[in-house]
Amino acid sequence: MSAVEQAQAEPGPEAALARPADRPDRSPAARRRRRVRALTYAVAVLLSLFVLVPIYFITVTAFTPREVSYDFPKPFIPGTVSAETVRFFADSTGVTAALWRSVVVAALTLVLSTLLGAPAGYALARFAFRGKSTYRLLILSTRAFPIVILSIPLAVTFITWGIYDTTYSVALMHTGLALPFTILITSSIFVSVPRDLEEAARTLGCTPLGAFVKVVLPLALPGLAAAAIFTFVLSWNEVFAAVILTLRQRTLPALVLAALNTSPLPFRFAAAWFMLAPSLVVIFVIRRYLLGLWGRVAR
Amino acid sequence: MAEIRLEGVSKVFDKTVAVDDVQLHVADGEFMVLLGPSGCGKTTLLRLLAGLEYPNGGRVRIGDTDVTDLPPRKRDLAMVFQSYAVFPHLTVFDNIAFGLRMRKVDRAKVHERVERAATLVELGDLLGRYPAQLSGGQRQRVAVARAIVMEPAVLLMDEPLSNLDALLRLTFRAQLKQLVAELKTTTIYVTHDQVEALSLGNRIAVMNKGRIIQCDTPGTVYGEPASRFVGAFIGNPPMNFLTGRVHRNGGPPSVTVADHVLQVAAELDGEPDGEVLVGIRAENIRAEVEPFPDALQARTRVVEPLGSHLLITADVGEQPIKITAPADFPAHPNRELWLRFDPAKVRMFRPS
Repeated sequence: MSAVEQAQAEPGPEAALARPADRPDRSPAARRRRRVRALTYAVAVLLSLFVLVPIYFITVTAFTPREVSYDFPKPFIPGTVSAETVRFFADSTGVTAALWRSVVVAALTLVLSTLLGAPAGYALARFAFRGKSTYRLLILSTRAFPIVILSIPLAVTFITWGIYDTTYSVALMHTGLALPFTILITSSIFVSVPRDLEEAARTLGCTPLGAFVKVVLPLALPGLAAAAIFTFVLSWNEVFAAVILTLRQRTLPALVLAALNTSPLPFRFAAAWFMLAPSLVVIFVIRRYLLGLWGRVAR
Repeated sequence: MAEIRLEGVSKVFDKTVAVDDVQLHVADGEFMVLLGPSGCGKTTLLRLLAGLEYPNGGRVRIGDTDVTDLPPRKRDLAMVFQSYAVFPHLTVFDNIAFGLRMRKVDRAKVHERVERAATLVELGDLLGRYPAQLSGGQRQRVAVARAIVMEPAVLLMDEPLSNLDALLRLTFRAQLKQLVAELKTTTIYVTHDQVEALSLGNRIAVMNKGRIIQCDTPGTVYGEPASRFVGAFIGNPPMNFLTGRVHRNGGPPSVTVADHVLQVAAELDGEPDGEVLVGIRAENIRAEVEPFPDALQARTRVVEPLGSHLLITADVGEQPIKITAPADFPAHPNRELWLRFDPAKVRMFRPS
């Protein structure tokens, strides 16, 4: 808001009321600006509610006793809080193992896709090579095929290779799915680190690798961390490939999906909460890291 | 300390020739300025010297070493970048110490040398700050300190003043000149600013289209430009160029401009009869408001008072000419003007 606008807004509602109604005190442009702003806020609030209300009810129901979770309509403020429902879910057969597998798969995916994707991103950011733009396009092509189509031949291949129904095969698949994002995100992170800094380091005695480690990496780290965490969430939430590629070695989403139709309502809410919570935490972390990155690179 | 030799160095990007067969010898301790318009290859030449680019042909020697194929870290040089390239994640101290630590200089020594370099560029009390907390001028000083602390054989500077505001640039220019003179380091300095080049260099290499057109002292480059390009690029206003003719008529050769015979000291014997470009700087023309014997007649078009002097734009026949005159000179637009050229300062160029 400009200073002039603020000064105009200063008198407040009393002043506006004091003016004769037939003489509009503000220009049509100012009125329109205010209307647009009000509309923007309204839309933003609606969108936020659309996302937040289900999250709220999932959380509330997951932390109320099992009898209460059947109540309808739901009270907005829960009467009794208990971890009973969540514990019931956590104690169910296979849940702990699936949770652990999910963590392993996501961690593996994170490590693999960063190790493979960050160098590719760096190459895209720094080097001019033949077919660069084609390469950039090809990276995205794996996402152009629906997983449904990719999964069946993959499952067949994995069976013939003897890695079907293992945690690693799911991690490999997730790495494949995450790589396009990792490469493109890390490439834009590396682009944001000025080339001059790397060259300055090289004139000051660094090898190209030394310059990368001492100058580029510290500056890119917040962004790389954000990209890695994003990959983690991607793998954590991925269900289709996990269902197709495993039978007994199910990850949490795959297990939940399989059990969903045959489970009681409290179980479903608890499961939903288990899926939701890590993603939320991670998104908050990413947000902070992203702000940190911008704050530092902005000069 | 070391001399630098560039022997037939060329660099081609795709199909553009950025540096074209450049020969250059920079003496030990000399301050050499590479001057030219943007895209003339001066920065590429500097980067070839630094080892940030490798030439397609020719050799680069620093001191007794052929460094053509060596990476930057093995060339014993330091560089100041146009963008300063100060590391944002390190404090001023760590920035300046960066190169020394890479060389594994021991702790106490690093401390001592960083302090000394920082004091030289008047950064002594800012060592704990991060670059984001510094002004542009201070960041610039960090970049200079980071380079000189290495005590390199060769100091390379790529337009280090171009991102500073005008006043700061003027102050820093003098400080930089003094600093480099005290260090006696062989320095190569790239700029597109002809005033900067004249004020700083022991010699100036004027570049255009990847080639060095003229390499000489500031006085010579200014007073005796080797080509029309150099004369027009250096000096403000640029050198005047008038089309004239060389005549012999059986006798000794003479030059006429707008049907007027010019007095020139330049050697004309070698000049063939025909068209010639007469170059003369604005301050080497004496203007008179009254008719003067042997003076070239002109008509005043614009008079611009510039405080210390007047800048007059006049027409000699159809050709424009710029003249400087004392601030109290009675010049008026659309009046006749009589011009006398200092014969010793007139230069002849072949029309291109």
